Amino acid sequence: MATVSDPPKEAFRLSQLIYDTRYRSMTIQIVALIGFLVLIGWLISNTAQNLADLGKEPSFQFMGEAAGYDINQRLIDYNNQDSHLRAAFVGILNTLLVAVMGCATATILGVIIGVLRLSKNWLVGRLMTVYVEIFRNVPVLLWIVFIMAILIETLPAPRDFRGDDPVASMKLFDTVAITNRGVYIPDPLFGADAKDDKGAFLDEPVGWRVGLGDYPVGASRDNPSCERYYATEGPGAGEPAAGCGTFQISLDLLLALAVLIAGLYASHRIKRRADRIQNATGVRPVTWYLRLGVVILPFAITLWALGFYFAFPELRGFNFQGGTHMRNSLIALWLALSLYTAAFIAEIVRAGILAISHGQTEAASALGLRPKRIMNLVILPQALRVIIPPLISNYLNLTKNSSLAIAVGYMDITGTLMGITLNQTGRELETVLLGMLIYLTISLIISAVMNWYNNSVKLVER
Amino acid sequence: MKKTVFLGALTVAGLAAGAAAAGTLDDVKARGKLNCGVTTGLVGFAAPDANGEWHGFDVAVCRAMAAAILGDPKAVEFVPTTGKTRFTALASGEVDVLARNTTWTLSRDVDLKFTFVGVNYYDGQGFMVPKALGVSSAKELDGATVCIQTGTTTELNLADYFRKNNISYEPVPIETNAEGQQQYLAGACDTYTTDASGLAATRATFENPADHVVLPEIVSKEPLGPLVRHGDDEWGDVARWTLNALIAAEELGITSANVKEMASAAGNNPEINRLLGTEGNLGEMLGLSADWAVNAISAGGNYGEIFARNIGENTPIGLSRGLNAQWTDGGLLYSPPFR
Repeated sequence: MATVSDPPKEAFRLSQLIYDTRYRSMTIQIVALIGFLVLIGWLISNTAQNLADLGKEPSFQFMGEAAGYDINQRLIDYNNQDSHLRAAFVGILNTLLVAVMGCATATILGVIIGVLRLSKNWLVGRLMTVYVEIFRNVPVLLWIVFIMAILIETLPAPRDFRGDDPVASMKLFDTVAITNRGVYIPDPLFGADAKDDKGAFLDEPVGWRVGLGDYPVGASRDNPSCERYYATEGPGAGEPAAGCGTFQISLDLLLALAVLIAGLYASHRIKRRADRIQNATGVRPVTWYLRLGVVILPFAITLWALGFYFAFPELRGFNFQGGTHMRNSLIALWLALSLYTAAFIAEIVRAGILAISHGQTEAASALGLRPKRIMNLVILPQALRVIIPPLISNYLNLTKNSSLAIAVGYMDITGTLMGITLNQTGRELETVLLGMLIYLTISLIISAVMNWYNNSVKLVER
Repeated sequence: MKKTVFLGALTVAGLAAGAAAAGTLDDVKARGKLNCGVTTGLVGFAAPDANGEWHGFDVAVCRAMAAAILGDPKAVEFVPTTGKTRFTALASGEVDVLARNTTWTLSRDVDLKFTFVGVNYYDGQGFMVPKALGVSSAKELDGATVCIQTGTTTELNLADYFRKNNISYEPVPIETNAEGQQQYLAGACDTYTTDASGLAATRATFENPADHVVLPEIVSKEPLGPLVRHGDDEWGDVARWTLNALIAAEELGITSANVKEMASAAGNNPEINRLLGTEGNLGEMLGLSADWAVNAISAGGNYGEIFARNIGENTPIGLSRGLNAQWTDGGLLYSPPFR
């Protein structure tokens, strides 16, 4: 018979919450949590009370009202009668544009500079050190303003291109105009985009290669801009005008991209087949012309069928017209952010490479690998594990630094929603909260994508 | 016992809240200094000189207010604000009054909750272009690149004007007048638009002002004036009547030269006597000393003197009185009676 019994259970006393170490830490945490919640609640109620006293209850109705201001750079149709919400979207797209361009350029530059800084060539190594130290030790705002000033002051104004004996001329066989208002580059267009000088659709499409045109997402019969889209006859019937639908998707572009991707996939299959044959017989069939042809031929034929052409910039009136206008505000911001962030990325890449022990290089060269392949196959894949996490922070920094855009008049989300909209409506709290939310969302998305990539390159342990 | 302590704490908290909500006038008197929001630098209207001392047409309004309230025209802390930061600065209480050529509009008055205390300059939006461009009318600006300060009413007027005339333009947003000047002079924009007075002031600082013309079109009404927060009417009254005193002084012939003499004894014009405090108790009604208007006028002279010294025809800015003449001279300046 068992004689051992459970020790008598002590009754729980309230004082144990403080004197008993088993409960004390929990008590402290709960008290701290309550204090924190009270503080937050007080802040919120204080703000709400003060705003109510001022007669400015938080409301987001202003987002639906007409914005009334124009934005020079826009990736979707926008005019000053569109809502503040749409103006904010134009701003978000501009932020994303400069962030993506900046991250890509900064990564390429950063990797090259980071590798070169380890170069055995004394001059190259020192030059890269100077680059890194100069760029990372001067505030990025100064770089933005400095590059903008250079672009404005040194490049020719459009009026210098005019006259019989112009001071400036267009570059690259008269296809690119570099001015102090920005760079005008040829604009790739499809047959459906052909319009006359006034921007109206041509009555009779030129030839039969008119392409598929644009599809307006969210078009409705109530929208006067969509009148022509629903019409069955008359000039430009079936074509959505600017402002019809929430945004328009170019079906031509989608088709061209689909053909290109299919071509690349086919090329990949050909390579796999060649690999199989090589593994089986030891002889690799010559496939480069097949692979090249399967990508380029269908793509080129599709482009031709869709009436693909380039619109070249030409001086008309005060400015260059036609072509894509890369404004110098975008160029200055993009260059400054890329050069600045590249300095940090270079250091990260250098640290990542140095973290791989020299024995790896020696072992690889003992196996007979050439130096370039050692870098690509042995060193970089391992270094990536060290490089990716700090790289994420730098992408986030670059994206957030893009909010300095207003210094050069680039209309990003800070310039539209938290700038002009805030000023014209006087809704500081709402606009800034929305702006913070947008930056938070963008940053979290970047983090999520990069973390997913980090997981895919990390060491797989068995 | 415990209850008493709680109630006592509540009382103290209530008193503290009451003190914090006291009038701006008392705050300014207690501080001994007037916080005044001005531009970041627009010659003639508000700009610091080589010694860091602020001068200008808008600055004079602040100095007159400081003189009227505190008796010292130098007791002003000038806070430079941009077109974007000015309203936040005023709404948050960082400045007591904003004298920063700000246009009086319905939405700013009603929606942003500010009180415009009057108009010290009747202006309108204009365009400046280089003479070499060969443009003689704003309607010829189709396709032009336009430099414009963001966060201003001019931005909305510009959009309206081009929409109304069915012509296109490319806006280049800039943050301060200095940046606008730089871009305009480098040819990064074809035309610079802001209030006509601001254009004249900017042009005056150019190396060759004669190479630039202000186009004849005035595309908007821009009544510029000082403003205060809603909800403190006593403070609004002080600002409003200080401005009116300067305007009335010109009408009544009171100048910085003769104000001391006229205030020394009651004269035979009862309105002058009431304004200068030798008769009646207007100063007391405002919560100021009896000689408030005397101080305000001796700070920088009457409206006409301030205008002539800072932006008038004999200055580099060279603005004529135009709409800003007294009503008796065919202008719009008209002060309500001091009674």
